[in-house]
Amino acid sequence: MEQLIIFIVLIMMGYFFGRMAESRHYRSIKEREQFWMTRPAGSYKRVSDPKRTILKSELVSGNVVISVDYFKRIVAGLRNIFGGEVRVYETLVDRARREALLRLNESCEDADEIINLRIETSSIYKGRRKQVGSVEVLAFGTAVYFEQK
Amino acid sequence: MLMTNTEEIPGKKTTAFHGVVSGSTVRAKHVGRDLMASFKNIFGGELKGYTELLQESRDQAIERMLSQAEQMGANAVVNIRFSTSSVAAGAAELYVYGTAVTVE
Repeated sequence: MEQLIIFIVLIMMGYFFGRMAESRHYRSIKEREQFWMTRPAGSYKRVSDPKRTILKSELVSGNVVISVDYFKRIVAGLRNIFGGEVRVYETLVDRARREALLRLNESCEDADEIINLRIETSSIYKGRRKQVGSVEVLAFGTAVYFEQK
Repeated sequence: MLMTNTEEIPGKKTTAFHGVVSGSTVRAKHVGRDLMASFKNIFGGELKGYTELLQESRDQAIERMLSQAEQMGANAVVNIRFSTSSVAAGAAELYVYGTAVTVE
């Protein structure tokens, strides 16, 4: 009986706090993404305008580790029985990717363009019973600075 | 030392290739961070301690790669790739590799 109570409390805490953290995070992501909309960033290997003189180029990266909450873990565990899309984990990975990209952008504010963008995902920490406890996303690319016209 | 993950430094000519250089580091997290992480596993959210730890380790791996490139007499490393693997429970290996070149 005691165990059941602890379980329910954990799920409720995971649901409320996890939800809160997620919506707060999404709000901040959307706000910051607006700011970087105008700067080109792509996975193409060359700069968009080859005629411009390049002053400098450097490796830039951004990373983030995001943890699952208890609620998501239980829901995903249930999905393992019935199969299908695990939407709770989709939002988790989506958040991590967008956050990593934003951190990459914020690390080189004066760059004119970012080329050869790569994103890597890895689960670095496995929780109990080999379930994924957190996900790390690393975004890296080359920031290019043009000579100003 | 110049670093990019493109095949050549944009706007510069590669004059010599020196070969592959790499750096790696295996890091474990300490108990305090682990405890915090298990709390966070209930509430969700970013694990700031881990983010920093991985960033630091990656910088160290890059440093090792650069010193190797320096020994070869290169002045740039191109085509840099990162890879992460968990070696054992609680430890992660961060590996970075690229090609050492000389640019004009």
